[in-house]
Amino acid sequence: MFAFIIRRTALMVPTMLIISAIVFVVIQLPPGDFLDTLASQLASQGEGLADSQIALLRERYGLDQSILVQYLKWITNIVTALDFGQSFEWNKAVLDVIAPRFWVTLGIALLSLALTAVVAIPCGIYVSLRQYSLGDNLATFFSFLGLAVPNVLMTLVLMYASFTLFDSNPGGLFSAQYQDAPWSVGRVLDLLAHLWIPAVVLATAGTAEVVRVMRATMLDELSKPYVDTARAKGLTEARLTMKYPARIAINPIVSKLGWMIPIIVSSEAVVSIVADIPTMGPLLLRSLLAQDMYLAGAIILLLAFLTVIGTLISDILLALLDPRIRHAME
Amino acid sequence: MSSATDTTAAAPAPAVPAAIAAQESRLAGASEWRLIWWRFRRHRLAFASGIVVLAIYVIALLADPIAPASTEASKPQYTYAPPQMLHLFRTTDDGWRFEPHVLGYRVQIDPRAMRRSFVTDPDTVIPVGLFVRGDRYSFLGLFESDLHLFGPIEAGQPFFLLGADRLGRDVLSRTIHGARVSMSIGLVGVLMSLAIGVVLGGLSGYLGGLVDSAIQRTIEIIRSIPTIPLWMGLAAAVPLTWHPLAVYFAVTVILSLIGWTTIARIVRGKFLSLRNEDFVVSARLDGASQTRIILVHMLPSFYSYIIAATTLAVPTMILSETALSFIGLGLQPPMVSWGVLLKEAQNIRSLASAPWLFAPGVAVMIAVLSLSFLGDGLRDAADPYQK
Repeated sequence: MFAFIIRRTALMVPTMLIISAIVFVVIQLPPGDFLDTLASQLASQGEGLADSQIALLRERYGLDQSILVQYLKWITNIVTALDFGQSFEWNKAVLDVIAPRFWVTLGIALLSLALTAVVAIPCGIYVSLRQYSLGDNLATFFSFLGLAVPNVLMTLVLMYASFTLFDSNPGGLFSAQYQDAPWSVGRVLDLLAHLWIPAVVLATAGTAEVVRVMRATMLDELSKPYVDTARAKGLTEARLTMKYPARIAINPIVSKLGWMIPIIVSSEAVVSIVADIPTMGPLLLRSLLAQDMYLAGAIILLLAFLTVIGTLISDILLALLDPRIRHAME
Repeated sequence: MSSATDTTAAAPAPAVPAAIAAQESRLAGASEWRLIWWRFRRHRLAFASGIVVLAIYVIALLADPIAPASTEASKPQYTYAPPQMLHLFRTTDDGWRFEPHVLGYRVQIDPRAMRRSFVTDPDTVIPVGLFVRGDRYSFLGLFESDLHLFGPIEAGQPFFLLGADRLGRDVLSRTIHGARVSMSIGLVGVLMSLAIGVVLGGLSGYLGGLVDSAIQRTIEIIRSIPTIPLWMGLAAAVPLTWHPLAVYFAVTVILSLIGWTTIARIVRGKFLSLRNEDFVVSARLDGASQTRIILVHMLPSFYSYIIAATTLAVPTMILSETALSFIGLGLQPPMVSWGVLLKEAQNIRSLASAPWLFAPGVAVMIAVLSLSFLGDGLRDAADPYQK
């Protein structure tokens, strides 16, 4: 098992390196660079920037070198010193700009994953036991709806509902009075009141998928002879379901996890932009528009890293849960 | 799913064995496409969704004559005017008669909130008719006309069945026009993904070995980059100075850069399972060329799957375009797509006073739902021999 984890982790390294190269090319794509943006901004404010000054700055930031050299510098600094470079716009180290927002992104992603698991797994078990009941049909209906409603629209609808029903403007992370307050129960509740919209939106599509998979696997398992055997031996229905078919039906869900994390992480960017929550999403949008390339690159790279780590965790969990997979690996 | 062989179950039970034999020969003699069609037709939800999808595409194609107004026609005095109710009958002194009409607006000023609000004015009757004259448009660049399927009989009268937006433009007309870009971007993007996916997936599955591993690793890496941030990065590279059509094309290419991976996987899986089938081996022993084996022998046995996978990929494209345009990185006004239109609804305060701005979002939902049901039905029908 240990060897498997090591091997699987080592496999991440080349993947991340290739991703970093792709990311670097992508952030280099827009014509011009940050200094052009800066120069035009200054020019619009009436302050010119002499060409010689621009050339000087370009040299200082290493923007005059070839892409390959710039990339090698960038990736070496990241790997050796965890230095993601300097954000032009914020005039701070990229890591300092990202760090507080990284935790919010991670928090929202974990919250919505937890929400998915808590809602979808019991739901999936229930609908498989009551096939074609009202609950089953409702679940099917909502799963299709969950897959069809664009995240953007759902965020807007929930914000609209919260605005018209509770008269609260749910944008941001905290209400005004808690913005700079020290941590307290009230502040945590306030945070949750702001985070429920992104969490619900992000959990919906995942929940729809998990309920569907859970239901299908459960239905397969429930018709197998071992269930009859257990029943004949006098196990209660509840114990029987939880002990055998439910445990097997969890496996595909765990492998789905690895597939859900990229979706959650990437949808989170859009949802946060709509709901104006200070995560990496809005920061990415802004840095892209301002051509703050190291900041944008670091964000995409970190989001990709979250995805790769998520897949790794789900692979390891799967191997831990299912002895068949574990033996096949070893 | 129920068995495929009872395709004829809808027909009355045969009374004589001869009838059974006739039916069996009907099944045996039917082409693959006919079997798929029979199977698909029995899937009612998918069939109905197919009709809805077709209708949406027809509306998108004929957006100019169908929409009562053009996209940019604005009536500033009707900013955020609420939707009008379409009345079919008009009551007059001597009973009622059939005369479709809507009621005009009267502006009321709330003295406390100092806010303008519209109330319907029962005295202003705006008759509505079919095939009326309205805004001029150029239909797909082919000819010019001002004929609209429906609208106010007297051109220029306020007619907002789904309300008006910030600039007093008709939300219904704009949503209808938005279908053109949103629905076609899905289609064009998917065709592009299909082309890349079939070629690379086919190579991967047919050649195997090093090529296969290389393509599979590429797919894995592409899939582990979170899509929306990557799209955002690529879309930000599209210069603002480009012609709207070029931007449209660029966004489509960006969306299909990732979409192809799913199709490539399906194609590869099919190639792997078919490679050693008897009919492929015998074709090879017969001296058929590789191209001929792939195109004549292998492709026909799985393009039904490809069609199903392609249909299922369209909704994803539509949703992605909506998200990108909404955050301002995809298409830009004056181009009209559902994502661009939803952007109007971005401000929660204006949304609270004009909830009809959600209309383009509802259009996205209808399109995505019906395309998903259609794709599901096609996938089930794709293998008519399956039990």
